[in-house]
Amino acid sequence: MTERADQDGPILEAYGLVKRYGHVTALDGADFELLPGEILAVIGDNGAGKSTLIKALSGALVPDEGRILLDGRPVRFHSPVDARRAGIETVYQDLAVAPALDIAANLFLGREVRRKGVLGKVFRMLDTGRMQSEANAHLRDLKIGVGSMSQAVETLSGGQRQGVAVARSAAFARHVVIMDEPTAALGVKESGMVVDLIRGVRERGLPVILISHDIPTVFDVADRIHIQRLGRRVAVVEPGDVDMAEAVAIMTGAAPGNATGHG
Amino acid sequence: MPETTSTETSGPAVADRAGRGRDVPATVARFAAVPTVGPLAALLLACLFFSLNTDRFLTGGNLSLVVQQVMEVGTLAVGQTIVILTAGIDLSNGAVMAFGTIVMTRLAVGGHVPAPLAIVIGVVVCAAFGAVNGGLVTMARLPAFIVTLGTLNIAFALTHIYSHEQTVTGLPKALTALGQTFPLGNTDVTYGSVVMLALFAVAWYVLRFTAAGRHVYAVGDNPEAARLTGISNRRLLITVYTIAGAVYGLAGLLLVGRTTVGDPQAGQTDNLDSITAVVLGGVSLFGGRGSIVGVLFGALIVGVIRNGLQLMGVAAVYQVLITGILVILAVGVDRLARRRRM
Repeated sequence: MTERADQDGPILEAYGLVKRYGHVTALDGADFELLPGEILAVIGDNGAGKSTLIKALSGALVPDEGRILLDGRPVRFHSPVDARRAGIETVYQDLAVAPALDIAANLFLGREVRRKGVLGKVFRMLDTGRMQSEANAHLRDLKIGVGSMSQAVETLSGGQRQGVAVARSAAFARHVVIMDEPTAALGVKESGMVVDLIRGVRERGLPVILISHDIPTVFDVADRIHIQRLGRRVAVVEPGDVDMAEAVAIMTGAAPGNATGHG
Repeated sequence: MPETTSTETSGPAVADRAGRGRDVPATVARFAAVPTVGPLAALLLACLFFSLNTDRFLTGGNLSLVVQQVMEVGTLAVGQTIVILTAGIDLSNGAVMAFGTIVMTRLAVGGHVPAPLAIVIGVVVCAAFGAVNGGLVTMARLPAFIVTLGTLNIAFALTHIYSHEQTVTGLPKALTALGQTFPLGNTDVTYGSVVMLALFAVAWYVLRFTAAGRHVYAVGDNPEAARLTGISNRRLLITVYTIAGAVYGLAGLLLVGRTTVGDPQAGQTDNLDSITAVVLGGVSLFGGRGSIVGVLFGALIVGVIRNGLQLMGVAAVYQVLITGILVILAVGVDRLARRRRM
């Protein structure tokens, strides 16, 4: 799925990101690296700058300083739409779907497929059948069990709705899927379902950036964990090398990080 | 990997149950949830009632008259529908239409402007009012209710200033052409009725079969989700209000055709009548839900009740009374349906 999946270089990298809000420095020279095919979790205490970092990577804000490279090429995103055009899709915690529209309409919202020929070109008629069958294929790929693609999203459970959002991202992301607290609005069982979806996205060859407060889930699903503190990346660890207590200690500053070795 | 349909939600369990749709009540509920079923049933019931109680109701001539009587309000309701689908509202449409008719007729009669050009200018003026509404709603972030209350008064005042309180008469043929009739079988049908039905058809096609229509629903349903998928809410809303304005201009042309004058007093309750048609048609005032076909039924319900009670010799105030009760019923049903879904 990703163009450089066979290489080892990072898919998405950032160096020396700085973002200031008046006297507050949210990002203070943060670095970031996402490798092909991995699930990279980003954790950090409140105010560590992880949501600012993610907003910079997903185009929701423009950093004051620093460089972002996608597939080795410098990029500059001025809006989430820019990032999306570049192949980075984001799943938001608050279930950003239109509840009254059906599943297929939500999956293709803003990217509708028109019919071929005169009907599509002149009369701009949508190819509803094709969108429904493609939506069905995408959801089946991720083993998301829902009924008909023409049923309204509001008839789904919270987990299924998040499934639709994840399927949309996986369907259109060419490089990266960012998941910003995807389980925050969900119950325990539904969260487990979304964790399976995150693995499903990785199985399709797409690297995932997972922002989460839920440390056990992070240790369960992530290949590597980026630990953010005071506006910088202080460590990158693997779940097998450290335990949760150590990770939390680095997160809170009780233990030193290892960022120099990775920076 | 767990089968997701078997996962119980800790959140809104009711929504999950509706999603399965295997038991009979759910199937019935889903059928009833088709937004045009209720309005159509109400329309057919009204027609049945009046054809049993009056001899003249169910004749071609009378039904043609019903359609002709609702043609301005029905046309206004087309514009009102697309605005309400975006979770907005337009209180200015009757006043804007009236101003459009005065612009058209004054230009054509005293202004030495060729009638077709006068019509175009009238429609463009109405579209400009719509653009102002849309611009204020999106850029100044003012509530549509307040913005259009303001433009209602502005359009009303301009109508009276520009017309000098005088009805414009002696209109050229081009302005009244849509009030003419043509024979269909042995019934005379007004051209304006056909224009209204054609507008409903175009709106139905665009809302149902194009991406633009889908975006109208999405913006009314969840503006934030729409924005995140790259839809420009601002551009869409300004376009919707502007198109609605142009439609009000066409409604004005139909009005001029039917009455053969430019009347500065016209259309003063048409804003509420068009909202009535939209609500009776099953479109949610909260935006994002409903069908334009239902709105056509809603407009016809009002027309049929008015016409039928007239034929039965019932005083006009009872038509208003019944319409009021129906509106409250329709909004109540929408509210209930929403609570069940949310």
